[in-house]
Amino acid sequence: MAASPTRSLMILAAAGALCAQSAKYGVGRTPTPDEIRAMDISVAPDGTGLPPGSGTAAAGKEIYANRCARCHGSEGQGRDSVPLSGGQGTLKSPKPLKTVGSYWPFATTIFDYVNRAMPFDKPGTLSHDQVYSLTAYVLFLNHLVSETTVIDAKSLPKIQMPNRNGFVRDPRPDIPPKH
Amino acid sequence: MKEPRVTTRRRWLGWTAALGAGLSGCTRSKPGEDAGPGLLGKPVSAYGERSPYETSTRQMVDTRYPETSISRTPLQDSCGILTPSSLHYERHHSGVPRIDPAHHQLLIHGLVDRPLIFTVDEIKRLPHISRIYVLECSGNGFVEWSEKTGRDVAESHGLASCSEWTGVPLSVLLAEAGVQKQAKWLIAEGADACKMQRSLPIEKAMNDTLVAWGQNGEALRPEQGYPLRLIVPGWEGNISVKWLRRLKAVEQPYMVRDETSHYTDLMPDGTARIFTFPMEAKSVITYPSGGQILHGLGFYQITGLAWSGRGRIERVEVSTDSGQTWRDASLQEPRFPIAFTRFYFSWNWDGKEAGLQSRAIDETGYVQPSREALIAVRGVNSYYHYNGIKSWTVRPDGSVTNA
Repeated sequence: MAASPTRSLMILAAAGALCAQSAKYGVGRTPTPDEIRAMDISVAPDGTGLPPGSGTAAAGKEIYANRCARCHGSEGQGRDSVPLSGGQGTLKSPKPLKTVGSYWPFATTIFDYVNRAMPFDKPGTLSHDQVYSLTAYVLFLNHLVSETTVIDAKSLPKIQMPNRNGFVRDPRPDIPPKH
Repeated sequence: MKEPRVTTRRRWLGWTAALGAGLSGCTRSKPGEDAGPGLLGKPVSAYGERSPYETSTRQMVDTRYPETSISRTPLQDSCGILTPSSLHYERHHSGVPRIDPAHHQLLIHGLVDRPLIFTVDEIKRLPHISRIYVLECSGNGFVEWSEKTGRDVAESHGLASCSEWTGVPLSVLLAEAGVQKQAKWLIAEGADACKMQRSLPIEKAMNDTLVAWGQNGEALRPEQGYPLRLIVPGWEGNISVKWLRRLKAVEQPYMVRDETSHYTDLMPDGTARIFTFPMEAKSVITYPSGGQILHGLGFYQITGLAWSGRGRIERVEVSTDSGQTWRDASLQEPRFPIAFTRFYFSWNWDGKEAGLQSRAIDETGYVQPSREALIAVRGVNSYYHYNGIKSWTVRPDGSVTNA
C-alpha cells in the first residue's frame, strides 16, 4: 500500500503549506537567538528556564541579611513587606498567614520572582548563584531543606511545597441569586 | 488655598445674576483670572489643563513604598462613562518606568513558527481598533470585606476606570508569529523594574485581547503602560500587563508570583481559587455617596456606575430603603459590553434617613450579590474580587456616609 514517491511529496508539501501559514503582513523582524536569550527569564514549574548555577541556605544567609532582611525581617517573619516564612496550618483559620512556606505551590516561583523582582529597590542585580542561595535560604527558613542542600536547576523543581495541592480552579458564578 | 478663588467666582456669578447683565463689572477680578465682560481670557495653549477650580484627584494611600502601591479614581466626582487618563487608577509593582518608545520592542517567541520582534512603530502599522473597556483591579473593594467599609466611592470602588483603548488585536500579532497548536498559554511580561508577568490563556489572547498604545484619543499615560500594554477585557486588571515587552507561547501556565502568592482567593476551607479571571457584575451609586452633603429636601437625581466583566449591563435596580424595595434605574445608552454603564434614578428626598443601594444585572442574567451573600460563600479572607452591593446612608442632616 506504499504511496508513490511523487504522491508522498505532494501530500507533504500540502501539509507543510497548511501548518506553516505565512505571515500576513510581514511586519516585524526575526530576533537572533541571543536577543531571545537575553530577554527570556521566565521559569516554569517543571524547571524550564532555570539557568546554570547553584546555591545553599548556608551561602544565602549572609546575602539575605544584607539584601533582604531590612524588609522581610531577620527570619523571614516579615516587617514592612510580606512574610516569607511561618503560617503553615493557618490557611483555614480566621487569621491566615500566607507565606512562601504556607501558601506558595511551587518552589520554582521563588527563584523566578527573586531573580526578576528582588531586591525591591535594585531588581536584577543578583547573580544566579546568589538567587539560588536566597531561594535555598527561604526554603530553609520554612524547614523545607537543610542548610547544606544544594539548590540548582535540577533539584529546585523537585521540592514539594506544603500547599502544592491547595489551589482550585475558578467555580464562579458561585453566589446563589436571591431575587 | 483655592477657597478664596472659588468664593470670588461664586460671588461674581451671584452678583451678575442678581444685578443683571447691564450692571456687570461690579467685581473686578485680576485680568486673566476670571474672564468677565471686557476682560481678555488666557491665550491659546499647546496642551490643555482643567479649570483651576476643579480639584478632584486620585485618592492616594499612605505607604512607605509608593512604587508598589495604588491610587484610586475619584468616581464620586465622575460624570458619563469615561475616566480621564489623568485620573485612571494606578497599581504598580515597582514604579512607573520611563520608556523611550524609540527603544522599546515587543518580542513574541516560544511555541511559534516565526519568533518576531516588533518596534512600537511597526505595531502601529498593523490593523488596529478602538474599544471602550472598563479596567478593574481584582483588589477593588478589598476594604468592603471588613466591617470598616469604604467611606467614599474612591475608597470602595476607585480601583476601576473606563477608557477608550486603541490597539492591535493580539490575534493579529500571534498570527504573524504563527502560534503552534500545542501552545495553550502566553507568558506576558512588562518592562518595569520587576518585569511583572502573568500567564494568559491562549483562547482569551486570540479572542478579544488588545496590544494597546492609545488611551482616550492620545498615547497611553506612563502610569497606564506607555508605550504598549495588554488590554484583556473583563478580566482582573493585573493580567493586562503594562509596558509590555515580551510574549512567550507555552504549554502550561508558569505559576508566577502574581498568580499564586497574589491574586488568588483564599476560601474558608483553606483552599485558594486560582486563575479567577473575570470581574463579575458590580455597581455603585456615585451621587449621593459617602462624604457628600444634600442641601435640603426635594428632588435629587441619583446616579451611579455599573459594569460587568462578562458583557453588557442589562438592568440596574436602585433601593432607597436599604434593600427592602427595588425599582429599575434608567440606563444611559449606548451601553458597551465590559464598560461603565451610567444609571439614573429620580428621587424625592423627604428628609428622613434613607439607605441608598444599587444592584446590577448583566447580560448573562447574573445578579450582583449582597455583601452578606458573598461572605456566606467566600468568608472574609479572599481579599480579591469583591462585588457586593454598596450601601450609603443619607442622614436627616443631609450628610451621606458608608455607615
